[in-house]
Amino acid sequence: MGEGFDAARAAEMVAELRESFMAGKTRSFEWRAAQLKGLARMVDEKEADITAALHDDLAKSQMESFLSELSMVKMSCLFTLKELKRWMKPEKVPTSATSFPSSAKIMSDPLGVVLVISAWNYPFLLSIDPVIGAIAAGNAVVLKPSEVAPATSSLFARILPEYLDTSCVRVVEGSIPETTALLEQKWDKILYTGNARVGRIVMTAAAKHLTPVVLELGGKCPVLVDSNVDLKVASKRIVVGKWGGNNGQACIAPDYIITTKSFAPQLVDSLIITLEKFYGKNPLESADLSRIVNSNHFSRLTKLLDDEKVSGTIVCGGQRNEKSLRIAPTILLDVPDDSLIMKEEIFGPLLLIVTVNELQEGFDLITSKSKPLAAYLFTKDKKLEHKFVKTVFAGGMAINDTILQFTNPHLPFGGVGESGMGAYHGKFSFDTFSHKKSVLSRGFGGEVSMRYPPYTTKKQRILRGLITGNIIAVILALIGWPRN
Amino acid sequence: MEKLEAAVKEVREAYESGRTRSLSWRRTQLAALRRLLYEREDDIFIALKEDLGKHQAEAYRDEAFDAPCWILLCLLMRSLFDFDFDIDFSCSGLPQVGILIKSVNLALEDLKKWMAPVKISLPLIAFPSTAEIVPEPLGVVLIFSSWNFPIGLSLEPLIGAISAGNAVFLKPSELAPSSANFLLNIIPKYLDNKAVKVIQGGQEVGEKLLDQKWDKIFFTGSPHVARIVMTAAAKHLTPVALELGGKCPAIVDSIAGERNRKVAVQRIVGGKWVSCSGQACISVDYILVEEKFAPTLVELLKATLRKFFPNSDFLSRIINEQHFHRLSNLIKDPSVANTIVHGGSIDYEKLFIEPTILLDPPLDSEIMTGEIFGPLLPIITVKNIEDSIAFIRARPKPLVIYAFTQNNKLKSRIEAETSSGSLTINDTMTQFAFDTLPFGGVGASGFGQYHGKFSFDMFSHKKPVLRRSFLMEYSFRYPAWHEWKLPFLRSVYHFDYFSLVLRMLGLK
Repeated sequence: MGEGFDAARAAEMVAELRESFMAGKTRSFEWRAAQLKGLARMVDEKEADITAALHDDLAKSQMESFLSELSMVKMSCLFTLKELKRWMKPEKVPTSATSFPSSAKIMSDPLGVVLVISAWNYPFLLSIDPVIGAIAAGNAVVLKPSEVAPATSSLFARILPEYLDTSCVRVVEGSIPETTALLEQKWDKILYTGNARVGRIVMTAAAKHLTPVVLELGGKCPVLVDSNVDLKVASKRIVVGKWGGNNGQACIAPDYIITTKSFAPQLVDSLIITLEKFYGKNPLESADLSRIVNSNHFSRLTKLLDDEKVSGTIVCGGQRNEKSLRIAPTILLDVPDDSLIMKEEIFGPLLLIVTVNELQEGFDLITSKSKPLAAYLFTKDKKLEHKFVKTVFAGGMAINDTILQFTNPHLPFGGVGESGMGAYHGKFSFDTFSHKKSVLSRGFGGEVSMRYPPYTTKKQRILRGLITGNIIAVILALIGWPRN
Repeated sequence: MEKLEAAVKEVREAYESGRTRSLSWRRTQLAALRRLLYEREDDIFIALKEDLGKHQAEAYRDEAFDAPCWILLCLLMRSLFDFDFDIDFSCSGLPQVGILIKSVNLALEDLKKWMAPVKISLPLIAFPSTAEIVPEPLGVVLIFSSWNFPIGLSLEPLIGAISAGNAVFLKPSELAPSSANFLLNIIPKYLDNKAVKVIQGGQEVGEKLLDQKWDKIFFTGSPHVARIVMTAAAKHLTPVALELGGKCPAIVDSIAGERNRKVAVQRIVGGKWVSCSGQACISVDYILVEEKFAPTLVELLKATLRKFFPNSDFLSRIINEQHFHRLSNLIKDPSVANTIVHGGSIDYEKLFIEPTILLDPPLDSEIMTGEIFGPLLPIITVKNIEDSIAFIRARPKPLVIYAFTQNNKLKSRIEAETSSGSLTINDTMTQFAFDTLPFGGVGASGFGQYHGKFSFDMFSHKKPVLRRSFLMEYSFRYPAWHEWKLPFLRSVYHFDYFSLVLRMLGLK
């Protein structure tokens, strides 16, 4: 699918899926479980193909592919399969004695036909994980993988039909024209992972049909590093969070570190040692580091590095190889505030260190920027921790580690402000692709004439007595005694 | 318009100062709001009467049921006077003062609990980590309310936004000017007027507001304006909640028992005409009934209408000329007018339209394709009552589906096969008063849910916080990723602790 996928074909496809949905195909637990089991099997049986595609698109190492994409998807399938029956059950809700006789519950209804637009940096995970949620909630789904990861995209087009019910789950490959054609259609929900610019386009298109959206965007994820930390462990966690995830091309990767001027030298040294331990003396040749996804992003990143205001601040790295699209892990110390690299999300292997006199200034710097997807703090100081949690607004947070908040299905994953809206993972995926329908059941037993006109003076007096809690007034009104 | 921008700036500064975050600020505002509702009740009634001709008791009833009083009263009445006072404590109308008082009391009582972080249990493999979800305010919230319940639909979301620690900008509808005026003048007398502001105005003001950057926009109104709001919000990536309407059907099965039928019809009439003459998002829009039961239903409806409305005193009028003409035009077409079986008279002077019942108007007529939002009630007959389900499924999802039935199989089918904001069996309107049930639409009727704790949640961001200690380390997490590390990781990811231990001991 690529040529000729215009609005008319998109409309046709949506109509087909809607028909499948209305026919009830996606409703049963059995259907949903079968799809999820299919996906889990796909991860096992096609591991080699998937790993190869990820290597093609990003030079992702086998280990990283397993760690950050395949195992995550498999875990998500298994977790969802385990919990799905429970999630599907209506939730009984208390009704007050005052509304007797009645019973109330909240049912999770599927929304209908949903669209998942995925990103290029974790092209497998960020496609399948939302699809797991959509299917679990009983929807029909269209997946539009990112064209910037073409090997993974065409892999989906090839293998998903082998494992999933194609009358209800489709893949559409393509770039802007195909995405535009899709966005013109009426969806019951859209989940988009990507950047804020396109996020706005998606939401504007959704507005025409009043379609609710989940936008998983990014931002500059800060790491505040205190001096009273186990430096060795902290460095390892920062390094793996920054470069172990797609060489910094991740929405929750540390973007910039804030630490005190006095502590910075130690931190820098420790980071450099850790980098060498992980990636060796020639990081450009390390098989454990992903490459930059394409030449556009390579130019973007080298431009940030070569900015004359900034190039002098490199304390580690800076090497690059245009042919292999590789940039070495690079640390920059105290770039000027007004440099581009301080303003935009880096999304690459460049890590900024900003030094301050006191950590408090760090808080001011963080809150002066738009709300990021993640914020990190390394400290043993409980008070500082408490302040950080209270003062810093972010999609999610981790204390004394990086990234892990993403991997846990018990925690919602999503942004706030410029980093997005809505959340998913685990049960939150199920919820986000469901409508929570209130169902109130009453009998004919209880009936109060007060509800209805004609509103005689007597009724009014009773009502007034009730409002003011004046029982005597009510009784008097009921037995017909006029009060002043 | 600089005044508007200055006001928005002031609200943002108030929020940035941090004072809306404290429990005490939120409590103070909520308590002040409660005082406002008690002290200014008369002013509210006057404003509502001016805007909508709402009868005082309607405004009252739509509000007044303070639960504990009811229980006491009814028990008392039953025991002392054997009074025919069926216990239905729920509010049949839509929120104005009384339900608002209930909401604000609930918020005051539960606020501390709502604000508390929620501990999340993590799998053992994540040890030693702890996690919690911390609710945070979003920032500065913009609320647009509609004209039909101008006080309730302004203050109910306001309660939620304040509970969640946000600063608020409220724009009531210009189509209910007395209520808007009331809010504009009275709110500053009770609430923190740097952090909570009210602005009056029409479309132009609305557009200017939409140019500003908000952290959330809450909109109650029509789909047409909702699109404009969401498109504007997209520019700033502002999340929105849209409370729209739709054609809310009432499926009326044949009811056994004369008394039950009487109660059912009373509730239907209550759900159509008693509250605001059908100008409510959750009003019964049209009825679906089996052909053979239709005549009985029509007679019962007529009888109940006569009983409830001996004269037009207790009926709200149509909000304005524009809507009056819209509604009268719906029944102008002869193919529609011919189906009128009751009512049909209109009074332009008083902007009054009589409760009107139509039997099987053409399905492609405007009265059957658009939301009526007025006192006209089409009855659509079907061969079998089960056919109602297909009828509803073929149409946009409404805010509410009502179903009057004693047939559990039918009830289950309706639950499973239809989708709507909410579903109410054997009553109308009352679901609105339950603060344990989320209120909001789906599909064409909108998205975002509120009431009770759901209001607090709607105006919050739930931030996960994961805490780790420096103590435990899994070295296989880190590069260099030699071959030997992969099996370890597989064990971890399958929560296969046994394998993990064996590997760590070098035994596997």
